[in-house]
Formats: sequence, C-alpha cells, structure tokens
Amino acid sequence: MQISIENLSHCYGAIDVLSNVNLTFNPGEIAVIIGPSGCGKSTLLRLMGGLEEPCQGAAYIAGQVPEGSLNPLTYIFQDFALLPWRSVAGNISLVLEDHKLSKRESEAIINDVLTRTNLSEFHDALPRQLSGGMKQRVAIARALAVRPAFLLMDEPLSALDSQTRELLMDDLVELWAREKFSACYVTHNLGEAVRLGHKVIVLSRRPGQVRDVVEIRIPLEERRERSAELEDVQQQLWQMMREEALAADRELADA
Amino acid sequence: MPNQTQPQHPVQRERKKVPFRGGGFKPRPIRFVAPFVFLVLVLFWEFGSQTGFISNLVLPAPSEAFHAFMDLYNSGLLWKHVSTSLYRLVFGWCIGTALGILVGLLIGLFSLARASLLPLTSAFFPIPKIALLPLFIIWFGIGEGSKVATILFGTFFPTVIATYGGVDNVERGLIRMGQSFGMSRFSIVRKIILPGALPAILSGARISASIAIILLVAAEMIGAEYGIGAYVLMAGSLFATDQLIVGVAMLSILGLCVSWLIGRTEKALLNWRG
Ligand SMILES: Nc1ncnc2c1ncn2[C@@H]1O[C@H](COP(=O)(O)OP(=O)(O)O)[C@@H](O)[C@H]1O
Ligand SMILES: [Mg+2]
Repeated sequence: MQISIENLSHCYGAIDVLSNVNLTFNPGEIAVIIGPSGCGKSTLLRLMGGLEEPCQGAAYIAGQVPEGSLNPLTYIFQDFALLPWRSVAGNISLVLEDHKLSKRESEAIINDVLTRTNLSEFHDALPRQLSGGMKQRVAIARALAVRPAFLLMDEPLSALDSQTRELLMDDLVELWAREKFSACYVTHNLGEAVRLGHKVIVLSRRPGQVRDVVEIRIPLEERRERSAELEDVQQQLWQMMREEALAADRELADA
Repeated sequence: MPNQTQPQHPVQRERKKVPFRGGGFKPRPIRFVAPFVFLVLVLFWEFGSQTGFISNLVLPAPSEAFHAFMDLYNSGLLWKHVSTSLYRLVFGWCIGTALGILVGLLIGLFSLARASLLPLTSAFFPIPKIALLPLFIIWFGIGEGSKVATILFGTFFPTVIATYGGVDNVERGLIRMGQSFGMSRFSIVRKIILPGALPAILSGARISASIAIILLVAAEMIGAEYGIGAYVLMAGSLFATDQLIVGVAMLSILGLCVSWLIGRTEKALLNWRG
C-alpha cells in the first residue's frame, strides 16, 4: 500500500498552513518529516490520516490494503492518548472492541502485542503507574494491535527525556528490523530524523512547502555505529532548517 | 587537572544553617478530630443548659432533644417519617439526575441541542424551585407528585450544567484518538466521553443531592402528612423546640449519609485518578 499526497493545500481561516504539497510514501519505509515548529507538520499528518479535510488537493491510498488490517492508517500521538481509567490491556482492547472479534481472539492479539513490545508484565497496570516511556510503548503496542498498514507518528518521542528517547529509538529500530513497518514520522528533532528515516522530508516555515527530500542510504541497524557519517547528513539538514527556523521564530503569532 | 594557580579561599568557620522556609499549604487529614469537636460542642451545650447558662427557652438541652427522639421512636412514627422522605428524595433525585445527564450529554455533543437547550437551562437554573411549588401542586396534585417534581426539577438543572461542562472538558486528544482508530460514535461517547465526564458528573451529584434535601423539606412543609419536613413544620408551629432539634438533626444525618455514599461511589469509580 502506498500513500500519495497530491497538490495539497490547507488553511485555517485566513492562515495558510500548507501550500501545494506533493509527496509519496512507500511501503516498508520510514519517511521522516521535519520542519520548524508551527509549519504544519501535525496538520499534514492529520490530513493524511483523514482526521481533517484539506482545503485543496487530497491524500490518496494506492494499492491493496493488506489483508487482516483492522485500521490501515494508525496514529501514535505525542501525548500518548491513553485512557487513564483503563489498564494497559484495557487500552489495547478499546481499539479492538468495535471489530467484532471473539474474546479469545482479542485476548490473543493483546498478549501478542504486549510480548512484542516487552510489556507483558504491565498487563493490568494503570497509565498513571507508568513512566512516559512505558506509556508510549503501550501506545505503540495499541497501534500494532490493529495491524496497521501505515503508522502515522506525530512527534512520538518529544514528550520524553533524552535517555528514554534513546531507548525508545533503539526499540523502534529493532521493531522495524523485525516487522518492516511503514511509517510517516513527524519530528522537529534532527537526531531522531537521521536515526530513523529512510528519507527525510524538509518542510519550509509556514505555509509549509516541501523544501527538499533527503535520502539516507545507511541501513537503520547500522546507524548507531556509523554516527560520523550521519553527522554530515544532520549538518546538511540543519543548514536547511536553520534559516527557516530563524525566520519562523521571528514571526509575530497573529500577524 | 593540571596544577592551576587558583586563589585559595580559606574555609570560613563562622557559619549558619540555611533557614528552612518551605512546607505548609497542604492540610493533611487527621482522624478522630471531627467526632471530638462534635462531642465537645454537645457536652458544652448540655452543661450550659444544666447550669442555666443557656436558657431552655432559647435552646433545649441535648438530653431533652434525645427524649423527644425516643418519644418519636416509641410512637412508631420515626420510620414512617424517614421512609416517606427517603422515598421522595431517592425517586426525585434519581429521575432528575438521569434526565440531567441525558440532556447534559445532548448539550455537550450536538450543536443544535446546545443552541436550543443551553439558554433554556441557564434561564431555569436560577429560579428557586420552591417558588414553583404551587404550580407543581396544580400540575401534579397535592400528593407525592408535586413533591417528587420539585426535587426532580431542582436536581435536573445542576446535573445538566455539571454534565455538559464535564463533556466539554474531556481531552480532545482522547476523542481524536478514538476517531483515528475508527471507533464508532456511540463507542466514543460510551467509552471515552462518559467516563471522562464522570468526575464532573459526580461532583455535580454532590451539589444536587444537597439541593434535593433542601427542596425535600420545603416541599414537605406544604400539605404533607408524613416526612421529616412535615415533622419539623409541626414542631415549629407548636414551638416544640426539642422536636425541632430532632428533625434538624435527622436532616443533617441524612445529608452526611448522602455525602458518604457519593464519596464511596467516587472512590469506587474514580480509583484510576489515584
Ligand atoms: N485547529 C486549528 N485551528 C486554527 N489554527 C490551527 C489549528 N491547528 C493548527 N493551527 C495552526 O496551524 C499552524 C500549523 O500547526 P501544526 O500543524 O500544529 O504545526 P507543527 O506541528 O508543525 O508545529 C500553526 O500556526 C497553528 O497555530
Ligand atoms: Mg505538531
């Protein structure tokens, strides 16, 4: 399955947020979107997943949706979005309950995703008992439970401290090595971008336009060791981002 | 570190501990203080009455009130009064709360309902329902109907306001999460919005329960044969102050019981808040 965005523009009232974006996202690939804050990254992701309607243009799904996928386009949110009154297992069961699965089937799915994310011992814990990193792991497990074709991740690590972020990046790399999931990963953190992205899409400041697409050919599993080469890519990205970020920073909010 | 020539500061012997200036602003629960204060107050009152320091005309002694209570108990009317009141209270409060939650949800979820019902609610909420009692008597009869209706209307409006406020305050991110996983609208309302609004609904229930007790007494003061309100009214018109105290004490205990029940419900349903 492939997602393509064609001539997409979006505005909120008089504010143009995205202007004429054209992109394709390929299966089995992590595409990272970076850009200065407020440039419309989250908006783009919401438009891709059908949570909002674009003013112009559209996002398309091409090809067959994989068999057995309960929710092809699945989000992972920055603030985790776990229901505080449901246990870890309950939060995962929430997104299965509308899918007419038998109790045994959904229990099997829950146990399977908890094992795959190393969360089995937290089956009955409540979100308030978990650290930020654990909460995001639960959110990842919940996303995996509906067998997504594409993961749409909006700054999934931005609410975490830097050590936890490192650990979760390793988890994601390991998960990708095993499952080769497809993802669109939004971040403003260049370190995450070069660690996780097969390609990095650089957006300009508002109204967001595609400024450049940088392919990184180093396999994800080797990136931790080959950080010197990544450093060059990161510098290159930073040069592009710098002026945009500087200009975005000096804009008046209501101008 | 290489040997650097740093100016050496001599260790000063003259020193003071950094003064502590944090703490406070965080009351802790202390057990047994409340019953103790209550007991001291009643003992002081009894002592004052015995010594004549508090005139019996002004306030009957607690022991007299207790006698009046035993009289009531022995006459067999205690349970009659209490059960009649409880029936009206529970019936009126339950229906009023159920309808209030329903309408509050509608206002919280649908633009049309909000545009039409919210101004009505705001207009009716401040009207003292006691003032409408004569109308209720005409509409629902002098019997149980008008009394239950007074309590029902009195609890309905605060529940509506608490519920739609609770719905408004449910995190939008959680609702968006539900939508992003393709949950049906009904599932989102039942599994995300209702539990998310529950804390607000329960604190609304606390307020509406006290309003219900106040209205219960007011309604029973007009044309009721039995009920705590009727008992208090009768005692008042005879200037039987000891019976008056008994009636008032029963109301207070009723209020405490209701508040305890809601507290238990909160503990049971909102234990996820920790
Ligand atoms: N629902 C909305 N209504 C009005 N303006 C919005 C809304 N959502 C986002 N915006 C505006 O659109 C711009 C882009 O927002 P967003 O996509 O969240 O940026 P990013 O995620 O890149 O930081 C911001 O200026 C923001 O204020
Ligand atoms: Mg964002």
